[in-house]
Amino acid sequence: MTLQAPVPPPGAEPESGAPEAKADLRDPASWLPTVKVTAGAFLIALVIGAFVIAFSDDGVIESLRYFFTYPWDFFTRSADAVWSSYSALVKGAVGSSNAIASTLNRSAPLICAGLGVTLAFRAGLFNIGAQGQLIIGALCAGYVGFTWNLPPFVHLIVALIAGLVGGAVWGAIPGFLKARTGAHEVITTIMFNYLAASVLLYALSHDAFQRPGSDNALSPRVDDSAAFPRLNIGGFDVHGGVLIALLAGAAVWWLLERSTWGFELRAVGANAHASRTAGMSVAKVYTLAMLLAGMLAGLAATMQVLGNQNSLSATLPGSIGFDAITVALLGRASPLGTVLAGLLFGAMSVGGVAMQASAGTPKELTDVLQALIVLFVAAPALVKGILHIKESGGGATVMAKGWGS
Amino acid sequence: MAVATAISDEGVVAVRDRADVRRQIKLVSIFGLVLLALIVFYSRIDDFNVVYTLGERVTKDDPAESINAQPIMIAGIVVAALALLLAAVNRVPKGALGALVYLLVGVAFFSGFIIWCYADQSGAFSVAIINPFPGTIRLATPLIFGALAGCLCERAGVINIAIEGQFLMGAFFAAVASSLAYSAEMGLVGGILAGVAVAALLGVFALRYQVNQVVLGVVLIALATGLTDFLLSQIPDDPEIKKYLNEPLILERIPISGLVDIPVIGPALFNQTILVYIMYASVVFVTVLLFQTTWGLRARSVGEHPKAADTVGIKVNRVRWQAVLLGGVFAGLGGAYFTVGSTGTFDSNASAGNGFIALAAVIMGRWNPIGATMAALLFGFCFTLQAQLAFLDKIPGELLRASPYLVTVIAVAGFVGRVRPPAADGEPYVKS
Repeated sequence: MTLQAPVPPPGAEPESGAPEAKADLRDPASWLPTVKVTAGAFLIALVIGAFVIAFSDDGVIESLRYFFTYPWDFFTRSADAVWSSYSALVKGAVGSSNAIASTLNRSAPLICAGLGVTLAFRAGLFNIGAQGQLIIGALCAGYVGFTWNLPPFVHLIVALIAGLVGGAVWGAIPGFLKARTGAHEVITTIMFNYLAASVLLYALSHDAFQRPGSDNALSPRVDDSAAFPRLNIGGFDVHGGVLIALLAGAAVWWLLERSTWGFELRAVGANAHASRTAGMSVAKVYTLAMLLAGMLAGLAATMQVLGNQNSLSATLPGSIGFDAITVALLGRASPLGTVLAGLLFGAMSVGGVAMQASAGTPKELTDVLQALIVLFVAAPALVKGILHIKESGGGATVMAKGWGS
Repeated sequence: MAVATAISDEGVVAVRDRADVRRQIKLVSIFGLVLLALIVFYSRIDDFNVVYTLGERVTKDDPAESINAQPIMIAGIVVAALALLLAAVNRVPKGALGALVYLLVGVAFFSGFIIWCYADQSGAFSVAIINPFPGTIRLATPLIFGALAGCLCERAGVINIAIEGQFLMGAFFAAVASSLAYSAEMGLVGGILAGVAVAALLGVFALRYQVNQVVLGVVLIALATGLTDFLLSQIPDDPEIKKYLNEPLILERIPISGLVDIPVIGPALFNQTILVYIMYASVVFVTVLLFQTTWGLRARSVGEHPKAADTVGIKVNRVRWQAVLLGGVFAGLGGAYFTVGSTGTFDSNASAGNGFIALAAVIMGRWNPIGATMAALLFGFCFTLQAQLAFLDKIPGELLRASPYLVTVIAVAGFVGRVRPPAADGEPYVKS
């Protein structure tokens, strides 16, 4: 699939790093539409979410029975349900230092894996394989973390490198296959997700990955010597991986926007034929881009295994690898956008659990909200139509030309 | 790579092109591997007596029969050796005759592999080799429906990644409709409506608001996953209410008298549910529609060169809308398979990634309904074989579970290679 780099339109985000956007920074008229459209997208998504909350609330359904005799009840109960759900969502995500810490811990892997998808997007590759790369990264980092005995700091570094290498290898194979044989990366990365899941199950059924004295397919936790250092002030408890995730964002930005190789990568993503004519090695870019994307997914795995010290199990990867695609899309395939989108998704997923606990609204609602937000952000024309925004511009998103070849 | 040259009888230097050399190398190595594998299988078997049945399980009608498989193994080895010889002298025919050679080698390998798997079983009872084709057709059904939806959309120039989302919504609403109406067939209607609804969302955002179709597909999958999970969590556990929402009837098998008695393929093709028969008709329908009708020509032209199509008076977006909505019908039917077509109750993430496999089938089949159907059948075959061999201890279960995906990677990287999608796939058309 060929994806053009996000075309910086008149209203490009200031953070996209494109020269045109920078020049426009002082002129609010150029970026205001984007902000408005994005805010509008959130608003519409929240309004739709409000309807869903209202009509899934027992009290509201109850009041519908006598709606025509006493409609007021319906409105107050709906407002109550919506308000209690949304306030619980926000409070659960950022309401206390504890909540903020969980949000950060939850966001870190999303950011890293999302950066991997973003990087591949910019090279014109659609990396659906973050999930598989993450699983293999977690396996490698976990294995080093709980079987080897090394001095504290060295152990962490070695485990980290193992996770990165695991993810990188799993990402590089589809990239290499694409470069050499033309095998479509969408197919191969999907298949590598399944293969990775099989490898994980296979590993968990063997003694080397089994927690001693347990019959479940569950590994030991990594040793403390291999865990990320934690910052714990009062209730604010984050692991060092959060900082690494932010640094990874900066590194990807530098790579894409400032390095020669990043230029080559974006050129191949924009037009592979022209890049080949200009003497760039498209095969090398494909392989390396997928290798780096896999490495970033491997980094996301270390957040789970070395950061939160989760055991390896069949459910460890969750849906991070797939959420990463949505994160990258919401971030418009720009590094800063991906970081912000990762923070938002982390907050929503942490807040969703709190919302279910306190307001009784199912946490699946946040999945619906996330999807709606991305959908509306991607459809500026619709948002402008609904909210009567007149300004032009404000519609930058990942441009896809097609499947490519 | 140096260009290989050979001096023919007349002394004229015949230059062989590289593609031909590559083909020969590929064939020699594949046939060589097959022969090697067959010889290894042969040497590893002590007792060549295997039990087999032509049915899907051993019943009174399909009794287990014992057979000495040694001659079959030897025949397989001979076939593989002959094919290797042909390849070595570069005399493997091309076209239909070549396909026959590949098929023979494939059958030889498959039977050798199966005999090796089922021979020498320890344990009190010996498991019989059963007919893999009924399971293949069953498991391929949703994949074929999904692939047809994908082909229709993408031939008209709209990328449809959201097959998985259409499956999920189709599965959920098929379950609800079937439970409400107390009829499995109504479930199909529910599935179709849900599939078309997702397709309509795809159409609105892709065609009217020109949203990036890759983004859109991913988002629609996320939306469908979230929405079905949310709705599922809203269904109360109270059995009095649940029975109206998520306890669907399951489609009955309808054996077609006469045809079902054909050995091996009869029970596979003609003892299935109505959904499978609809699938046969759909494959024919979509193929004829795309390649034999005016509408099909229009749809394909819109997918290749919308501007040219517009110039001759074809309404580009109208044709695309029709293709997307029609695709929704098939994808919804495919989704219905996961509830009323097989297990009944809708569970979270019922389609379990089958939509992605269908997408892979579309690309493997090079955007052609027949090719995509063949790819889907290959997947169905792998899944069936995997389920059957899981009872034997010859191959580790994890390797077996991974095998369909490994086969896909090998097939895509080794045989399909570079594919060419419809030229305007994914490009919104704005009349200028």
